[in-house]
Amino acid sequence: MAHFTKATSVKDWLNQRLAIEKVEKVMASEYWIPKNINFLWAMGMVLAITFALLLVSGIFLLMYYQPDVKDAFYSVNYTIMRDVDFGWLWRHVHGVAASVVFLIIYIHMFTGIYYGSYKKGREMIWVSGMLLFVTFSAEAFSGYMLPWGQMSYWAGMVITNIFSLGGLHLDGLVEWIRGDYVPAQAFLTRFFMLHVLLLPLAIMGLIGLHFAALRIPHVNNQDGEEIDFNAESKKYLAGDKAGSKVIRFANDFMSKDLMVVGVFLIFFFYLVFFNYGFALDPVNFDPADGLKTPAHIYPEWYFLWSYEILRPFSVNIGLIAFGFAQVIFVLLPWLDRSPNAVPASRRGAFSIWFWVLLIDMIVLTAMGKLPPEGMFSTIGLVAAILFIALWIALPFITKNEKKV
Amino acid sequence: MKNKEPLILVVVVAFTLLTYWLVEPYAHSVMHKHVESQNFAYADLAPFTKTGDAVNGKALVTGAAACTGCHSITKDGIPASVDAVSAAQTYGVNPPDLSNAGAIYDAKFLADLIKNPAHALKVEHKFDASKGQAHPMVAFYGAGGDIEQEVADMVAYIQKIAVKPSEVTPKMAYENACGRCHAVSYEKWTQIGEKPSFKFEKDSLAFDIKVLEYQDSLTKYMGKLPPDLSMYIRSRGEHYISTFMENPQAHLEGTAMPRVGVTADAAHKVIEYLEDAGDTKRHERESVGKMVLIYSVIFAILALLWKKQVWRDLH
Repeated sequence: MAHFTKATSVKDWLNQRLAIEKVEKVMASEYWIPKNINFLWAMGMVLAITFALLLVSGIFLLMYYQPDVKDAFYSVNYTIMRDVDFGWLWRHVHGVAASVVFLIIYIHMFTGIYYGSYKKGREMIWVSGMLLFVTFSAEAFSGYMLPWGQMSYWAGMVITNIFSLGGLHLDGLVEWIRGDYVPAQAFLTRFFMLHVLLLPLAIMGLIGLHFAALRIPHVNNQDGEEIDFNAESKKYLAGDKAGSKVIRFANDFMSKDLMVVGVFLIFFFYLVFFNYGFALDPVNFDPADGLKTPAHIYPEWYFLWSYEILRPFSVNIGLIAFGFAQVIFVLLPWLDRSPNAVPASRRGAFSIWFWVLLIDMIVLTAMGKLPPEGMFSTIGLVAAILFIALWIALPFITKNEKKV
Repeated sequence: MKNKEPLILVVVVAFTLLTYWLVEPYAHSVMHKHVESQNFAYADLAPFTKTGDAVNGKALVTGAAACTGCHSITKDGIPASVDAVSAAQTYGVNPPDLSNAGAIYDAKFLADLIKNPAHALKVEHKFDASKGQAHPMVAFYGAGGDIEQEVADMVAYIQKIAVKPSEVTPKMAYENACGRCHAVSYEKWTQIGEKPSFKFEKDSLAFDIKVLEYQDSLTKYMGKLPPDLSMYIRSRGEHYISTFMENPQAHLEGTAMPRVGVTADAAHKVIEYLEDAGDTKRHERESVGKMVLIYSVIFAILALLWKKQVWRDLH
């Protein structure tokens, strides 16, 4: 057993038992961050804040929500929106944050791709990040079921149908997932469980893994510079703050994080109060009706690009393409064969690849929402084929990249 | 090294706005038919030029025109001959009480309605007299004099007994123009009136049964039960509801829903009623929103100042 002495202060008492000073150093004041990073590096903190907003607003909503097909719509639209003081506020915060979190995830993800932050020991950061993307997607989808509106019901119908895997006709699997032939009570209750318990637990675990994966390789920087963190941190601690290439996480980097968070919150709350239609789809304010299919069924905007990879092909090919799109991002660290971990702007052909991929995904997103008619379905098909071709081409164009 | 952050911000914002524009304003403009409002001018109806005589109008309404055979005018002491459920069994829908019709409906519309109901209501596709499909409201063919003058007299009477247009409340407008077909359960409104709170469940159930009976007749008459409009302000929005009210056929050709012929003012009142039902906290949302944004700006300024202070030594 460790040796304990009579504590001289509360801090000392805690220190002997919890090593709070050491923890503070490891987690904050001597957690070294490169100095040459821009505001895109604050997206992690923005995501953490948005997740906190989702968690807190979700807890309040959970106190009034009824996971019952007869009462769910009423509990959301009457009880929460009308009866409960500020229930509308929690719902708007929750709905808008669920949408905005994906915008930030995409910015975060494309930042990683642009600066090569998945290479040279940072593979696990990328993989854990992509696992978070998958769990966030499942969390968003399960949450979308809960108000039991028209879009909840029909999106639930369409997405669970995917599991019949086209030509394989696994209808039994679809029924097993739904717990019924069509989305009904069993379906709603299990998605409620997934949304409020299992998936949040998985997300919190993965956030821990994501942070841990960052520890050893350290945060990347905007110049792709290899920094000797030991030497630079000694320089900092010796007083040469301006000359050192690293800064403390707290308060140095955190002050910049909070500045970005401040700007983000202005944008976020503007959306919550004055421009929420994109996140709280009007169609979902009609109660679920299994006998009335909406004129247009489309997922939320953040799923549109992968939906459009599924849609323009025949059933079986579409499913293969869709499956490809779901897993291919995870494999990025191994598909990129270049020895360089520097910004895309210095990587020749990869730079073109990056911007084409980004624009292609925006095109897919737009076509995923538009009705698949005439020119839109042609553009969608071309964009979907281009998406697949880009990923197949990636190993070849990066293999020949010269070392910079 | 020069600061690239402004350029990065421009790139991020530009791609975000482009994506937003594509999936929201643009995609919705492609998916949904746009119907322009005509400001409730009812330009297809003949202008209303004659000055009516309300006294003669009353004589016609209660006499030769036989309006009160079906319509009550409670304000003038003329009660309904049967209750709403029985009326719906006979006519498909309960004929409206005419007490405040003059303040809610457009005069041109009322005049046309009296002479040719299916035309004014834009349901001639459903009620084609030549095929023997008579509209339940019988047209007025004149009482022997100048029919235009007689119609003007009746409209004058209806307008005279009504409250002033400025006194029409949102509830009054909704109940008159929409409420006999569309329930608004969030406001406790049913097609046969507001559901009272009953002391005994038996009475509450008896009321519900009456509503169901009424709805059966209504469903038979309309083809399907007209939807509950509680959340329509959020699911359809003001513009859609307003232009749908003005001319249902412009949105949904062949729909059984009649044009209701409300004035522009009454239409605003109906919208207000639906906002109270489905967007009850909109005023609170706006005022809280302003305060939260002011707070956010102050927070961002403080965060910026803190960052500047911390980073002074780092550069």
